[in-house]
Amino acid sequence: MSAISVENVWKEYGDQVVLENLSLQIADRAFVALVGPSGCGKTTFLRMILGQERPTRGRILLDGQPLPPEPGPDRGVVYQRYSVFPHLTVGGNVMLGPELRGARLTGRRFGAARRRLADEARAMIAAVGLAGSEDKYPAQLSGGMQQRLALAQALMMRPRVLLLDEPFGALDPGIRADIHQLMKRLWNEVPMTAVMVTHDLREAFTLATRVIALERLRDRPEERERYGARITRDISIWPPRVAGQRTSFDPPEGAEPPL
Amino acid sequence: MRWINRRPRRGAEMLLLCLPFAALVAAYLIGSAIRLDANPADKLLPSPAQLWAGIQRIALMPDPRTGEWLLWSDTAASLMRLAAGLGIATVIALLLGMAVGLLPYLRASLGAFVAFLSMVPPLALLPILFITLGLGEAAKICLIVIGVAPIMTRDLALRVHEIPREMIVKAETLSASTWLIALRVVLPQVLPRLLTSLRLQLGPAFLFLIAAEAISADAGLGYRIFLVRRYLAMDVIFPYVAWITLLAVLADIAIDRLRSRVFPWSDLERGA
Ligand SMILES: Nc1ncnc2c1ncn2[C@@H]1O[C@H](COP(=O)(O)OP(=O)(O)OP(=O)(O)O)[C@@H](O)[C@H]1O
Ligand SMILES: [Mg+2]
Repeated sequence: MSAISVENVWKEYGDQVVLENLSLQIADRAFVALVGPSGCGKTTFLRMILGQERPTRGRILLDGQPLPPEPGPDRGVVYQRYSVFPHLTVGGNVMLGPELRGARLTGRRFGAARRRLADEARAMIAAVGLAGSEDKYPAQLSGGMQQRLALAQALMMRPRVLLLDEPFGALDPGIRADIHQLMKRLWNEVPMTAVMVTHDLREAFTLATRVIALERLRDRPEERERYGARITRDISIWPPRVAGQRTSFDPPEGAEPPL
Repeated sequence: MRWINRRPRRGAEMLLLCLPFAALVAAYLIGSAIRLDANPADKLLPSPAQLWAGIQRIALMPDPRTGEWLLWSDTAASLMRLAAGLGIATVIALLLGMAVGLLPYLRASLGAFVAFLSMVPPLALLPILFITLGLGEAAKICLIVIGVAPIMTRDLALRVHEIPREMIVKAETLSASTWLIALRVVLPQVLPRLLTSLRLQLGPAFLFLIAAEAISADAGLGYRIFLVRRYLAMDVIFPYVAWITLLAVLADIAIDRLRSRVFPWSDLERGA
């Protein structure tokens, strides 16, 4: 379960109200697309779920529990840029999360644990279509490949919520279509709830189960400071899309359940 | 075509590279010939033959009085001080720069202080160092450290601070602690920069070294230059200056090679 509830959340920077009284329930395994004009606070909203920013008023719950005040492994993120580490190879980037989680002192795995992790990473790299690029550095990858890598890196942590801030905004249309395929498959196969900010309405309706628009209702210059953006549209895609019930993290059919 | 778009060809590039050096040598030779022609006893611009004799005396045979090979023993003494000073400064810069760049609490308390320290003119502190630390190695090494560490620290702290916030947040979502973020995300990304910063500080480090040696030492490149200055021994001073420059250039190249060898991705980033 990873339902998000947003209760009467306000966000202000100094005198400027950015988000005004948002309330929202996001169901487990939903795929929410967040759209709206530039500067209306989409990134701010995402950052609050991430734990990078705190609401000025109101609260956000994840499965009924208040969000921890800082980012953590239960919420993964993919940005438009700076999502992967330039000093690590593809393999290094994908293995980083589990390495950090497993070795709290050195941040590195060795021996059998490392080999097991490397196998897992290779499978994940293949799943996002980057097989064969394990030893390349991000600067040697195209933009689309870098975003695939960012997805693989985030998913290695099996986050309950995946947050995406215009992840495919810089990609050209053909590559974007390919990565949409991948994104759909991952959402189906990985037990997570996704929230994606996008400027591309087509992308929103292609991927999401629900499209939410944020907008400032009062946007005259003298009103801009005092009134923030609100939810102006909340569209559930019909016919409803439902995430796959069997996920790639489940044991194979007929296998012993893990102890 | 505009001049900004014209590029020399490969051969021409080599030629252009050598041109200023050749001009310098030529200017020296002409100046030296003119002066020696007017006064064969002139010591200011020795002829190539006199320079060679000077070099032989200091580098290729032991000193008749002490039995030491002057150039080499001076070089060893100076490089030891330089390495110690730069080594200590680099370690300080790394630890303090990372801490100040990463931790808001330390930035609040030490950021301005380090900026303040980096404005203290190190040479003005030299008398204090000699008085408190004595005339031995400690004062000289300390001068180099004081001269370069604050600037390297500031540079590194700025670099750490410049790492996009997204990357740090990303590491947090990968379950990194503050320590692991420092170790696996920030450190590897700023180490190349630390090496570059070290390169840029080679010049100042030599300056402080020679200043300290000029005042008090019994060996060292700076010591020798200021010693033989009394006899106007330009045939020793010129080779020493050239040798010091060469050492600095070689160190510069070596550090850059090291950077791109150990951190191959740092070249890729620059190209991107
Ligand atoms: N740290 C901050 N301090 C002050 N104001 C901020 C801060 N972060 C964002 N803002 C303001 O909040 C508003 C919303 O910014 P945000 O980045 O969330 O917009 P956005 O919807 O993501 O826009 P875009 O589509 O261009 O990415 C902007 O007016 C911005 O100036
Ligand atoms: Mg944004």
